[in-house]
Amino acid sequence: MKADVSLVSYRPKLLLGAAAVLVLAALALLPDYIGLYQIQLLTYGLIAAIAALGFNILLGYTGLLSFGHSAFFGIGAYTVAFLLRDAGIHSMELYLLIGLPIAAIGSALFGYVCVRHTRIFFGILTLALSQVLYSLAFKFFWVTGGTDGLRVARPTLLAGMLTFSGAGSYQRFVHSYYYYVLVVFAISVAIIWLVVHSPFGKALQAIRDNETRARFLGLRIRRFRWLSFLISGTFTGLAGILWVPLNGLTTPEILYWPFSGEIVFSALLGGFRNFTGPIVGGIVFTYLKTYAIATTEYWQLLLGVVLVLLVLILPTGIVGALSLLVSKSRPREGAA
Amino acid sequence: MILLQTIDLSKRFGDTRACDGLNFVVNKGEFLSLVGSNGAGKTSLVNLISAQLTPDSGRILFEGKDITATGVHERIKAGIARSFQIVNLFDGLTVFDNVALSIFSREGKAVKMGSLADHDQDVRREALDVLGQFGLGGKSNVLAGGLAQGERKLLDVAVACALRPKLLFLDEPTSGVSTRDKTQIMDTVSSVVRAGTVTAVVIEHDMDVVFRYSDRIVMMHEGLFLADGTPEEIRANNEVTSILLGAPLSA
Repeated sequence: MKADVSLVSYRPKLLLGAAAVLVLAALALLPDYIGLYQIQLLTYGLIAAIAALGFNILLGYTGLLSFGHSAFFGIGAYTVAFLLRDAGIHSMELYLLIGLPIAAIGSALFGYVCVRHTRIFFGILTLALSQVLYSLAFKFFWVTGGTDGLRVARPTLLAGMLTFSGAGSYQRFVHSYYYYVLVVFAISVAIIWLVVHSPFGKALQAIRDNETRARFLGLRIRRFRWLSFLISGTFTGLAGILWVPLNGLTTPEILYWPFSGEIVFSALLGGFRNFTGPIVGGIVFTYLKTYAIATTEYWQLLLGVVLVLLVLILPTGIVGALSLLVSKSRPREGAA
Repeated sequence: MILLQTIDLSKRFGDTRACDGLNFVVNKGEFLSLVGSNGAGKTSLVNLISAQLTPDSGRILFEGKDITATGVHERIKAGIARSFQIVNLFDGLTVFDNVALSIFSREGKAVKMGSLADHDQDVRREALDVLGQFGLGGKSNVLAGGLAQGERKLLDVAVACALRPKLLFLDEPTSGVSTRDKTQIMDTVSSVVRAGTVTAVVIEHDMDVVFRYSDRIVMMHEGLFLADGTPEEIRANNEVTSILLGAPLSA
């Protein structure tokens, strides 16, 4: 009996695509209704979403928990700072063109070492290696600026078509940069979505679920994990590249392990078992942290309480909990 | 024609001899059952042949080539596949994806990132064919973790079959399933073998199943082969039946 291949259903994908277009349209219209500070905050949120989404290729889809993704974020940010200071480059496109391969090389090297192990050993290795980078940035102050960090001026956008100097340049930059980040964010989401729904993405999920069986399907486990690490680190590096022109300064803090913890937190907050979870998590975490810092000097305590409540009450994250609510509210098939 | 041969294959775990100088032969196209009490060394033998274990001594020849030093990946490429005693599935993937991944891996497409997994028409057609063959066509969009035990066993075998192996090892494919599912699993495996595409070695405790489906039965006991013959020869062997069944068969 021949199978009916026409069973491929395009409807869910079309609905998903329509929802994505609606969300992007809403995000594109939002700056007309919110203040400059909120635009800036949302830009940080989108960048955090890219970092968390990249991180989640490893956690959610490959089953490897990294405590060292600050390293790739830092590689991206410091690459931009070095390109500006040492090569006099001001173009955002050049930052991306040069920064992304460097983040990929860094991820490939770290991944080569780390994917030889799994579980806690993998986590500790990623943590240790990222701490090495932090120490280098901290101690080699004549290269990295030490704790003072390196300043990064506002870059030009779209191959120099948009420059930002003179009166009102900051406002123009924040507006333009928001749309720039939004486009990169949309492209990143599309690429990562394709990757995790490709045969490669399915293989990663298979390795996550059952390594032994995956090996006995002929999958080269370590190679797949390494590629996953490489892609994951590169996207987190992309977030670092995008972050530093907005922040205007990079310091060793973004290489320090608590920053890796923030990326993990974002993924958990949104839900690492859902594709959209880290996006929501990255944005919500950015607001949560910003307002927690503004509210109390014990903001870390506040975030700690949120994390504990999250694990106890919403183990599947915000998106996971919402999905559950939606599925429960739907009438069951066959129900009267 | 000999498909697989082991020569003086040995494996010890401390003082326990799991396989003690075994000379095992599997002929192309046969349905062979490997029987014996728990701890006889059946699973260890399969683990050695599938490269999950490394032998202490001895050689393994597949299609005349020495594969003793090769790893899991090379043996799968050569055409040796297996299922496991405890069902091993990808519970977070759909039933369709479980089978499709076997096909992607076999075709060398598992590393593809630029296209959607469910949009490869050739793979989709073949995966749905395999699922239909195993009676799982209606469950293709269900998560593997949500299947009943009998369906999980069927899917486990389907995943292994989708690799299109030359030699398929099934480790207790009917344990823990209903009589109806047992028949379905064994009928399907048997039909695949009879179609001449695969040689099957089945580890099985249910002697009704063994006698009904096997071309040849090999009995193991304490790491050694105790008997090797057709179902009729094994039935007639009083020593074997007394170990297997506690008493000789009357019919």
